[in-house]
Amino acid sequence: MFGTHYRIERKSVALAVAIMIVASIGGLIEIAPLFTIDDTVESDPKMRVYTPLELAGRNIYIREGCYACHSQMVRTLQDEVERYGPYSLAVESKYDHPMLWGSKRTGPDLARVGGKYSDQWHTAHLRNPRDVVPQSIMPRYGWLSETELRTRHLGDDLRALRAVGVPYSDAMIANASADAVAQASPDDDTAGLVERYGSATQIRTFDGDKRTTSEMDALVAYLQILGKLSDAAHPAPASKE
Amino acid sequence: MISGLTLNERRWGVAILAVLICIGAAMAAAGADRADPFQVHGFLVMAYSLIVLCVVLRGYDEPGPGRLESYYDDPSKAGIVIAMLWAVFGMFIGDWVAWLLAYPDMTFDAAWSSFGRLRPAHTTGVIFGFGGNALIATSFHVMQRTSRARLPDQFSPWFVLVGYNLFCLLAVSGYFLGITQSKEYAEPEWYADIWLVVVWVTYLLLYLRTLARRKEPHIYVANWYYLAFILVVAILHIVNNLAVPASFGGAKSYSLFSGVQDAMTQWWYGHNAVAFFLTAGFLGMMYYYLPKRAGRPIYSYRMSIIGFWGITFFYMWAGSHHLHYTALPQWVQTLGMTFSVMLLVPSWIAAANALLTLNGAWDKVRDDATLRFMMMAAIFYGLSTFEGSFMAIRSVNALSHYTDWTIGHVHAGAMGWVALITFGSIYAVVPWLWKRERMHSPALVEVHFWLALAGTLIYVFAMWNSGIIQGLMWRTYNDSGTLTYSFLDSMVAMHPYYIARAIGGLLFLIGAIVGCYNIWMTIRRPAGAPAPSDDAPLPANLQPAE
Repeated sequence: MFGTHYRIERKSVALAVAIMIVASIGGLIEIAPLFTIDDTVESDPKMRVYTPLELAGRNIYIREGCYACHSQMVRTLQDEVERYGPYSLAVESKYDHPMLWGSKRTGPDLARVGGKYSDQWHTAHLRNPRDVVPQSIMPRYGWLSETELRTRHLGDDLRALRAVGVPYSDAMIANASADAVAQASPDDDTAGLVERYGSATQIRTFDGDKRTTSEMDALVAYLQILGKLSDAAHPAPASKE
Repeated sequence: MISGLTLNERRWGVAILAVLICIGAAMAAAGADRADPFQVHGFLVMAYSLIVLCVVLRGYDEPGPGRLESYYDDPSKAGIVIAMLWAVFGMFIGDWVAWLLAYPDMTFDAAWSSFGRLRPAHTTGVIFGFGGNALIATSFHVMQRTSRARLPDQFSPWFVLVGYNLFCLLAVSGYFLGITQSKEYAEPEWYADIWLVVVWVTYLLLYLRTLARRKEPHIYVANWYYLAFILVVAILHIVNNLAVPASFGGAKSYSLFSGVQDAMTQWWYGHNAVAFFLTAGFLGMMYYYLPKRAGRPIYSYRMSIIGFWGITFFYMWAGSHHLHYTALPQWVQTLGMTFSVMLLVPSWIAAANALLTLNGAWDKVRDDATLRFMMMAAIFYGLSTFEGSFMAIRSVNALSHYTDWTIGHVHAGAMGWVALITFGSIYAVVPWLWKRERMHSPALVEVHFWLALAGTLIYVFAMWNSGIIQGLMWRTYNDSGTLTYSFLDSMVAMHPYYIARAIGGLLFLIGAIVGCYNIWMTIRRPAGAPAPSDDAPLPANLQPAE
């Protein structure tokens, strides 16, 4: 055994190849089957995609690093299920590129936060968390209300997502920018949006300001859909806290 | 610094920088069209390349003869200085965010300064800025000595070092601008990732070319680790960053994988970035500088072999222990846990090999803070790998996951192992590289050692306490069978520990600043009699022990 090594360590390419082979085995056995074993992800034909506004909100969530403090994965432990709701299923993040399961809960888990608080609460909380939760240590995100959401190129985002497997239709891609604005403007014509994303789509002025579609609108729209894309894990029960 | 470059090497440099300036201009133009922060990165690439171009064009003449008679150490010198600058930057941001968790208003009311954007600037600044530059600088030094061969050319080491720092700058400035793909420790976007692949392949080829020129029949242990570090980080980086850009004129991209597959790939990457960036590379450092400084050969050649292949094989399975009790299939979780526990064997073999090497040199450990840095690093390596295996057990992980305990564990490794072995190695190598008799002030090395150790201990104990309290509070039930504490209760309970953690971090930062001052004064010191044993052939540890 050590004699073999005595020979390998005299040849740099042999050593490099050996390292690559030995290091690749673990990943191959653990990752590759996840793409082929069918019951890795439950099937839910009713699982829906993010609307362009929700997707834009998700991108703001990513941009601001919210994942660093808030997980989106309720584990199968009793206290977590009681605190946050039914445990997360794989199908619920099927269209999440990338996933946002997180690794730390400096703040609470957000996997099922959708519908738990009002839009007004979210907006006030994001402007200054300590106005609604005096003990909070979350940063302030007041500028989101003042920043207009850039919707012009959302079609590109949907197209890229379709390339990696999210079933966005041609009509969804073509109307992405208009749909994003319409979802936060209940007075506008929203028939196309409802036709493309379903009647359960939440259409309202999320940040309470009708004049513009702001980044706050998008982020709140995203937070309000968390845990509601699929019913596979049962609808989230009322808050236990 | 780069006056040793030949005319031809300079021409290569000018050509590549011209291409980079064009790419930067194209990025700026495309980003401006879409009003995307991509534009800012275009200007950054242009400005960086222009500055480097000015340096390259200064003194455009042939180097003097005799340059081929010694090892080429200029990139190592530059790398060490850059690593220390990144250390101070990264640790400063780290301590700032630590204070923010205790006092959330200790910040500017601006997008760039919110916790979520500063946090990746801290992790990237210390892991890739400080750690990466230290690894590149020391690997150039070590591979030449252990191979008894000069670097094959003078251009590619500079390309690796300068190009790598462009990647680090793109990454860190990106977070401030809001450019991130949110994969922890792989946050930079697609164009920075592609650039890193170019740099990294050059690094690998440079390493293999130097090994091909070696005058030693055997490849020394430190080089196995450096080679594994370069190779496996390349595999991890490429697979985890596979993504489709939303547009070639914008920063945003979408990961090829989603949901459960993405989670597994991400933590396969995330855990093995710990394994091959933060462990294998630094073990390479340890296997060279610790025996050199102690003046003793490595304790056991067989332990080196078993430790090396054990780490290379077992680590790659362990990532799924980050996903216990989640939607990841149970069989993968169980594999991750099993291999994490087995991983303790090669990890402890490596730590024991280092500590046993010190047998017969304990008097030096007592007198020499530089060697004590390395010894303490080996001890922390052993402690944090034990903790890691322990925390990978499902039932322990149920308590520890999502809490500050994980943060404490990571920092026991990052501060106690990675930073201490790096400081020890830098204090050993600086007098050798700059041909000084010793560091400017051994007393300040001593001060740095105690600041770093105290800072680490305060930090780690604070996080152990807060993490375990947090985990226990989340799962405490009262007599009537309902949860006793709200999430807010657990947050309030963390406050004193967050203050303690920030103080520990501050001590560690002050230590690093003291180190910078000491290194700077050493460089400025007039060259005296160079420190002994730098380029003399190594004692028995160059050859296998048997």
